[in-house]
Amino acid sequence: MDPVYKALVNIVDGEHVSNLPEELYIYSFDLGTAEPHPPDYVVSPGSVEQIQEIVRLANRERIPIVPLGAGLSLAGLAVPLQGGILLDLKRMDRIIEMNERARYVVVECGVSQGQLTAYLERHYPHLTHSEPGAPPAATIVGNLMIHGQGDLAHPYGFNSDLVNGLEVVLPTGELCRFGSVALGAGWFTNHPLPDMGLFLGWCGVTGIITKVSLRLFPAKKIRGVGTFVVEDADLVPEILFKLTHVQMAEDIIAFSRAIPPFASGLQHITVNIGADSEKELEFKQELIWDDMLGKYILRGDGGYLGFVRGLERPQISKTSDYKKGGGFEYVGSIMPIERYPECYRRGREISERHGIPYTVTGRCIGAGHSMMFAWTYAFNRADPLSILQAREALHETDDLVLELGGVIWKPGIYGQKLLLKRLDPCTRELMGKIKRLLDPQGIMNPGNWEAI
Amino acid sequence: MSMTDFTYADLIHRCFRCGYCKFPVIWTDVNNCPPYGRFRMESYSCGGRLWLTRAWLNDQIHWSEHLAEIVYSCTTCKNCVIKCPLRFNVDIVNMIVAARSEMVEVGKIPSAVKRFLENVELYGNPYGESRSKRGQWIDGTGVEQYRDQEYLLYVGCTGSYDTRAQDAVRALAMVMIKAGVSFGILGNEEACDGNEVHKLGESGLFEMMAEGNTKQFKDMGICKIITFSPHAYNAIKNYYPQYGGNFEVFHYTQILQLLTDEKKIDTQNDFNAKVTFHDPCFLGRWNEEYEAPRAVLRGVRGIDLMEMEKNREGSLCCGGGGGNFQLDLLGGSENSPARRRVREACETGADILVVACPKCLVMLHEAVESEGMKEKLLVMDISEVVAKACAL
Repeated sequence: MDPVYKALVNIVDGEHVSNLPEELYIYSFDLGTAEPHPPDYVVSPGSVEQIQEIVRLANRERIPIVPLGAGLSLAGLAVPLQGGILLDLKRMDRIIEMNERARYVVVECGVSQGQLTAYLERHYPHLTHSEPGAPPAATIVGNLMIHGQGDLAHPYGFNSDLVNGLEVVLPTGELCRFGSVALGAGWFTNHPLPDMGLFLGWCGVTGIITKVSLRLFPAKKIRGVGTFVVEDADLVPEILFKLTHVQMAEDIIAFSRAIPPFASGLQHITVNIGADSEKELEFKQELIWDDMLGKYILRGDGGYLGFVRGLERPQISKTSDYKKGGGFEYVGSIMPIERYPECYRRGREISERHGIPYTVTGRCIGAGHSMMFAWTYAFNRADPLSILQAREALHETDDLVLELGGVIWKPGIYGQKLLLKRLDPCTRELMGKIKRLLDPQGIMNPGNWEAI
Repeated sequence: MSMTDFTYADLIHRCFRCGYCKFPVIWTDVNNCPPYGRFRMESYSCGGRLWLTRAWLNDQIHWSEHLAEIVYSCTTCKNCVIKCPLRFNVDIVNMIVAARSEMVEVGKIPSAVKRFLENVELYGNPYGESRSKRGQWIDGTGVEQYRDQEYLLYVGCTGSYDTRAQDAVRALAMVMIKAGVSFGILGNEEACDGNEVHKLGESGLFEMMAEGNTKQFKDMGICKIITFSPHAYNAIKNYYPQYGGNFEVFHYTQILQLLTDEKKIDTQNDFNAKVTFHDPCFLGRWNEEYEAPRAVLRGVRGIDLMEMEKNREGSLCCGGGGGNFQLDLLGGSENSPARRRVREACETGADILVVACPKCLVMLHEAVESEGMKEKLLVMDISEVVAKACAL
């Protein structure tokens, strides 16, 4: 018997370790356009201790380890580029601690967005977390590993800014805690200890996050979404600036898409509003729609499409079936809001050049400090040419992000190379030092951020 | 086998593997797909099965016993159909069944599936028991053979051969006799309904069974059929019409509801228990009958009916559907769906877990034993609850 397989079975058990072709096949894929690369072993650990043992084994044997949440980044970030052990972390799915008064929750690395949303809605309906637009199977930790954002990004920023503490298995097997919990003082804050900044956004190349304390926020009794529409994309930055000035919205998203055809070319702006009373709702609606956007209606530049009560949470995405093809991938970027018109126009050009109906979306982060702008390309999984077209469009879009002065969000390998080429040399060198210090054998998710 | 011959060749690639199908309606966990909940490997998720099937049909992977077990581990519970938000969702289980049909066609099926089908072919039941024993449960009940009564009570294989399920059939028979229902059974002349054969992908054998049963029912002048099993209910109601079998089909809980409404059931005994109800997949998600069993339970004096978090279309399958009652590909673990389901039942504080399916009855009864819950939770069929309430 393969000694590594045998050792893995000894650490976990026979049912949660596989080196059979079926598991190696399934885990070789990302759901986007990335080329598949099979792992040598798939392991689904059930505890932190098992993860530590697996990491030590991988160090001894010099085998790569790729941690995986739900694998929904779509950018190929958990594809085992150099084989090795694929660590499916979703079995560790306990909600460990809930602190209602201090508004935080501590979860294991396999807890999904949908699971947390359901838990809060059932047990703490007055609390909520910033849920990303990903399918509900996406894990909380996976989202933090890529600096995700959610539907509270306007008031509170990136989800990785909402972390109160972390527990991490280092690439050499030690277990570290960060934030107040490192003092044995509970999971209530990440500050004021010296900033480590070593794990969030690193896509698992510096360690395996096993627990996280996540900030929660008041969930208003009434939640809903209002929609405004304009034809002129040049007006969008100004409108978003006005909307973010009010500081009354939970989420602000501008989008435009080719389908349905009647809406093609229009810019829709959705604003999520929460209120604890009808009076509060009316007040917020008046400030947002009348005071801020009234002039656009009067001038005939835009129209208010109404307010729909209730938020669909967990959020449902049907993008993958746009072409009845079972696939889509997008390039995300963090971009100044003022770039919205160019992002829209240039993205639309790329889509049309590749024969793909365009879909673009911009979500406000903070008080208009930036937006996450995404260009989505649907493809037909059964048609290799369609996949190729989407991949080319994605690469062109990666180039476009940098051309427009943005930063590629959760870049795939192609985008990572672009970023590393432009990165300040001192910063790049420091990243390399950190990586080598933490992961001297280079076993963690190798192939990602390779240049460092 | 090749993709071009596959019935769903233009559909199967549309699964994105987003994972909605793993959740229950209430989104509380990702364990509502029974095989995924059992093994927690993506290969066992609904999307994993579809992707692996596609890879097999495209020659990207070869057939193996493991691949077949993954495909056959699906209990056809339809949780995925309910949860998938995409337009092809209605065909998800059909695609799995079609994949099994492909395996059957090329003669590559797990040994347990082969044994199941052989037994049905040889003995008319998956147990491999003699046909002459099929009607033995009737002894001492006063149940008559079908002649020209109003209803045929179609018992099915589990009710006929499994000793625990036999108790429940006997209880149902006693209640119906007491209520004056005109019914008879086929006894040793009854043959398997074929629902599981259909789900195992043996469409040829199923066709023979459906045609045979339809002919038998018609020859005997049967118009109204009460099924003890939701699986039989599904087959006779939904598939037999294609073979000319247009019968009026009832699940027994629908008859019990009718008897309750017409006050033909006198549940005079105070039942005095907290009960929770487990929706069988082939009654609930397959046939959208959620109310009849609950109406019957509400009609029993002294019952405090408590719902599990996962109920109705969000129910967790017991793990016995799609042939898995016999194949047992999901057993042997505390994560087996039946064991998880009895733990969920226990969380409600109920004393009794009530079921309306002989397969669920046996699966959950055994799970209670495996969990060491015998002192805390009793598994009863609705027929047994009603019989007890009627002091029968």
